[in-house]
Amino acid sequence: MATQGSNQAFFKSLQRYYTFYTGGFIAFVIMVAILEQMGVPNRVLGYIFLGATVLLYAGIGFMSKTADVGEYYVAGRRVPALFNGMATGADWMSAASFIGMAGTLYLSGYDGLAFVMGWTGGYCLVALFLAPYLRKFGQFTIPDFLGARFGGHIPRAIGVFAAILCSFTYVIAQIYGVGIITARFTGLEFQVGVFVGLAGILVCSFLGGMKAVTWTQVAQYIILIVAYMIPVVWLSVKQTGIPIPQVVYGYQLQKVTEREKALNDKTTDVGAKEESVRAIFRERAAKADANLKGLESGGVGFLTAERAKLDARVGELKAADPQDAKALKAAEDALKAYPVDPVEAKKAWTAAKTGSAAKAAPVKAHAESFAAKDDKSRDIARKNFLALIFCLMVGTAALPHILMRFYTTPSVQEARRSVFWSLFFIFLLYFTAPALAVLAKYEVYHNLVGSSFAALPAWASNWAAVDKTLMSITDINLDGIIQLAEVTIGGDLIVLATPEIAGLPYVISGLVAAGGLAAALSTADGLLLTIANALSHDVYYKMIDPHATTVRRIAVSKGLLLIVAVLAAYVTSLKPGDILFLVGAAFSLAAAAFFPTLVCGIFWKRANRLGAILGMSLGLGVTAYYMYMTYPFFGVNAPLWWDINPISAGIFGIPLGFIGVIVGSLITSSPSKEVQELVDHVRYPNLEGDIETKGA
Amino acid sequence: MQLTQKHKDYWRRNLNMTAILLAIWFVVTFVVSYFARELNGITVLGFPFGFYMGAQGSLIIYVVIIWYYAHYMNNLDKQYGVHEGDD
Repeated sequence: MATQGSNQAFFKSLQRYYTFYTGGFIAFVIMVAILEQMGVPNRVLGYIFLGATVLLYAGIGFMSKTADVGEYYVAGRRVPALFNGMATGADWMSAASFIGMAGTLYLSGYDGLAFVMGWTGGYCLVALFLAPYLRKFGQFTIPDFLGARFGGHIPRAIGVFAAILCSFTYVIAQIYGVGIITARFTGLEFQVGVFVGLAGILVCSFLGGMKAVTWTQVAQYIILIVAYMIPVVWLSVKQTGIPIPQVVYGYQLQKVTEREKALNDKTTDVGAKEESVRAIFRERAAKADANLKGLESGGVGFLTAERAKLDARVGELKAADPQDAKALKAAEDALKAYPVDPVEAKKAWTAAKTGSAAKAAPVKAHAESFAAKDDKSRDIARKNFLALIFCLMVGTAALPHILMRFYTTPSVQEARRSVFWSLFFIFLLYFTAPALAVLAKYEVYHNLVGSSFAALPAWASNWAAVDKTLMSITDINLDGIIQLAEVTIGGDLIVLATPEIAGLPYVISGLVAAGGLAAALSTADGLLLTIANALSHDVYYKMIDPHATTVRRIAVSKGLLLIVAVLAAYVTSLKPGDILFLVGAAFSLAAAAFFPTLVCGIFWKRANRLGAILGMSLGLGVTAYYMYMTYPFFGVNAPLWWDINPISAGIFGIPLGFIGVIVGSLITSSPSKEVQELVDHVRYPNLEGDIETKGA
Repeated sequence: MQLTQKHKDYWRRNLNMTAILLAIWFVVTFVVSYFARELNGITVLGFPFGFYMGAQGSLIIYVVIIWYYAHYMNNLDKQYGVHEGDD
């Protein structure tokens, strides 16, 4: 282990490197800004940004290449707390945090705060229950701890299975994010974008394992936080004149709330206009509902009769003299769009009914907690809000790629400090996201709504032209003025369009894309490494060939990394549905599989092998079962237990995991003296006459 | 090895602090969120208080909890002589 003095020198030189790096990055951004002023087209700027950052990560990866086991698995255990905090921040904040979070908050207001609280408060559990103890244990992976603490291959094997299950679902969402960003800013195909991004991920982790990933993640954190802050601060200055959005957005929120009331009040001017649009949507919903009822009673006969009516109408209009071209075109389109069979008809009309009904509803109040139509639904909303926070928090404290990071600090004390720095760096982004959501909402409610279709704000018309799922505006009531109900916004728009809303040049949009890419790449790096390490270290080295040489162990790990990465990219390129659900599922699964067993392993000496096996399989099993039974994707659609949504399935799995550990441990004998000494060993940072568990 | 009384005291104090901080964490997270609708009647810095706690207040408290735990435990290590050496 390095000495105190050399640790300090190392810290100083790291500080120097990264200060220099940050300066260099800012200079690079300024240079691109100058290129933009010289008239270089936006697409080229996009290429420069994404190409330069991916090359940079590859460069860091290349410089950190290593063949040492300790460096490959745990970065040599010399990452200072501050830098481990930044690396953990980048490891933690995924494409969903960077691009999706502010959008979720924009769309769901207070109820979206479950993610903000859940994904930060979980670090309290990491700090209090896991990080210092795992650092003292000091091996390479989380299944290592399960193997040593509970003995035998079964607890380790379950740990490997759970680690791969949740990391793989999570990594697919990251690679998906990489593909989307690359495709949008360079114009490459989504599938090509996926593999280009993958190359960036691989160069880094392939050459230097955890060491390269750590130093790249620090670099990625700096880019992502700068990219997130600049547009929000600018937008705040534009709206309020004050550059601290987190402090002033309370007053913007008040204005948004007032505006919501006006929009919902039929007696005001804007409210009356909204009402006229809602009336049209109500009509459409009623029409779709009538069609659905007709289909139910009449079946195929209803479809043919309705189709015949449309046919007749087209014929009538064709025969009319003079011909009304507009009406004829409309009738022909209606006929063309008419569903051909009952299955398709049911799907189309159900979608039309729910879509229109949502549009016909009043504006949701941003600041209102658990908004719902009556007390009973409010209670259900509150219950699910609390359950989701709980699952996300416990899941945070159980995801192997995060826990693994705390093996890399030089000491237990540094591990404790490093949890603080981790949360601090994550906090910077997470307490800005709700501010961004409110500022963007202010912009939409005050400046977009009420402007005329002839003179749309530039950002709105640009994004509506690029991607209909992110932004679409249709003049429903044909008055030439934009009403809120005529605007459809996709969550991802908020972060991506903020530079344009704030009136910043394109270079900042490129910066935001680079930030999103950094967030997705850094998380993917950590996840892929977790999967490859679980397979190479836990399965190959610990279970199959304990005599393997270090060269062979690293070679196996690198080979597996390549296979897993290509497999993940392949699955991603098939575009599996509902990425967000997969991410949520990973949290509940990890929470139920790992948290009870890890915590009992440290805090309860009596916990033993059967307890661990029972706890992990019961927790994981119940969580997976509930998701399978209730999530619409699987098609079973069993009734919910106590109205809990499938994303929070961990709320059942976590307590059952604890019960499993307790019951399993009590019905079998106490663990051996060696195991009890191991528990003492992890509890005290330094113990005289102590055993040694450090991995080599 | 056999643990001394001093070691046991160290562990007990660690558990006590863990329990206190966990209780704060629980109240800030679950109790405050449970009453968010009621708290929204109070205004702080322009925010309804329930919203403020979800968006900022609780986060700040989480950061402080972790900072305090690291600070407290790193001192406790030294006080009880279980801190890591300068190696």
